[in-house]
Amino acid sequence: MIKYIFRRILLVIPVMIGVSFLVFTMIHFTPGDPVITILGETASQESIDQLREELGLNDPFLVQYFTYVRNIVVDQDLGRSYVTNRPVASEIISRYPNTLKLALLGVLVSISIGIPLGIISAVKQYTWIDNVAMFFALIGVSMPIFWQGILLIILFSVTLRILPSSGFNTWQQMILPALTLGTGSAAIVARMTRSSMLEVYRQDYIRTARSKGLGEFTVVVRHALRNTLIPVVTIIGLQFGFLLGGAIVTETIFSIPGVGRLMVDAIRQRDMLIVQGGVLVIAFTFSLINLFVDIMYAFLDPKIRAQYK
Amino acid sequence: MTVYSEKRQSLWLESWHRLRKNKAAVLGLVILVFLLFVAIFADVIAPFDFRTQNLNAVFVKPNATHWFGTDNFGRDIFSRVVYGSRISLQIGFIAVGIALLIGGFIGAVSGYFGGIFDILFMRLVDVMLAVPTILLAISIVAVLGPGITNLMIAVGVSSVPSYARIVRANVMSIKQMQYIEAARAMGSTNFRIILKHVIPNTLAPVIVQSTIGVAGAILSAAGLGFIGLGIQPPNPEWGSMLNAGRHFIRDHPHLTTYPGLAIMITILSLNLLGDGLRDVLDPKLKE
Repeated sequence: MIKYIFRRILLVIPVMIGVSFLVFTMIHFTPGDPVITILGETASQESIDQLREELGLNDPFLVQYFTYVRNIVVDQDLGRSYVTNRPVASEIISRYPNTLKLALLGVLVSISIGIPLGIISAVKQYTWIDNVAMFFALIGVSMPIFWQGILLIILFSVTLRILPSSGFNTWQQMILPALTLGTGSAAIVARMTRSSMLEVYRQDYIRTARSKGLGEFTVVVRHALRNTLIPVVTIIGLQFGFLLGGAIVTETIFSIPGVGRLMVDAIRQRDMLIVQGGVLVIAFTFSLINLFVDIMYAFLDPKIRAQYK
Repeated sequence: MTVYSEKRQSLWLESWHRLRKNKAAVLGLVILVFLLFVAIFADVIAPFDFRTQNLNAVFVKPNATHWFGTDNFGRDIFSRVVYGSRISLQIGFIAVGIALLIGGFIGAVSGYFGGIFDILFMRLVDVMLAVPTILLAISIVAVLGPGITNLMIAVGVSSVPSYARIVRANVMSIKQMQYIEAARAMGSTNFRIILKHVIPNTLAPVIVQSTIGVAGAILSAAGLGFIGLGIQPPNPEWGSMLNAGRHFIRDHPHLTTYPGLAIMITILSLNLLGDGLRDVLDPKLKE
């Protein structure tokens, strides 16, 4: 098990090197000169040349890349914003908790609605409960989160006036963003849980459990659920990436100061080091979540554990 | 050869007959055809030009002249939603075309030849998968700048990994089949085998993925439009219409209702059709 976890942790490193190289290359070849962004169109040639030298922009591409990576690894330095001149790392760190909190709340909504809905649907397959649940799941999958966010604001903030429509400090302010972000994902989790549960339900050991005279509740909870959860955990892991992406849109709807909002503003101002840093931090978070999911997977699935005994 | 093609035809025909029995999928297909019709004949259907402003008739509620009302510039929302279908469907289909072309190529080469191609391409796919799709699309737009072509490229390229993986997995299993061995024994070149035997046999899962993929691409494009990085005004893209309308939701919610509904109905139709196609074409993936 330790061997598996260790191997899996090592896999994160090449992926992150790849992501950093991909993003660095993309941003490097973006049209527009960062020095002009910093100094403005009217800067003298002399000051432009001086800043280019200071920022290392005259170095060969690979030297620039290795300097960037070295600074991240050794000094946790992601460079300085072209616009505010503040360190990119501190700009991102000050907003990161909001994005992570939002994504985690989204996962919480997704799991607490999706899994029970999927189980009930499977247990009551082809009844009206199943039909209604799956109809809502289909609507949930098809509903763009930004429209859903607007509809929730219209209902809860404008009409009923019971929840605030912006900010992210109090628990009341967190309800609408979490619901907005999580329900679409809940729909996907519900569909996955249902199909996985139906698959498990056909297995012989479920029939054996029933024939032993166990109640349906025990059959579901003790025997079916654990095996149902294996593919569901994978989907939840994948959904986390979707939710981190969705957080960017949700932050826009509810004016939440998060990494996504920071990046969108940075793109408008051509502040590319912020964009680069934002992508790296979110990709790193996503890789860590996937790592966690894979380890969870090994705990849930004895077949994987056995491979590494 | 004739027997082979007849068999192939009957397989597709049989799939079509099975799809026709699935009411939800047929509903999805009907809605999709209707939306395509609206997109193609937008000039005829829309009563107003999508750019025409009328500052004497701003925020008009839906009525007989303006079925969906007017926006903050007095533009007819119905006409803008109708024209918007053209933009959204175009982005959806072309972006998936781009993803399919690149992802299909990567997947086919990786799966068929294996070795160094497979290692290199799949590491690239792993790296791309480490960045959430919408974030990857945002980064590409940041690099290329806004505009419909760049948006299609951004959305298309960001969904390459899923196609590459599906095609690779299928090609790898098809490669083991006896008919591939037979074709090779008969002296077929790798290129001919891929084109004549491998690609046609990976079509089913690719069609399923593409149908759902068009929905995803439309959603991504609308999401980018919503955060202000997609199609720029005055072009009536549904996501950017929602973004423009959200500032007025307190008093004029109709500005966001119709573009929102349009996106949802489009995505719903593609999901219904995609689910149906999966049941028919790819029983292994059946839920």
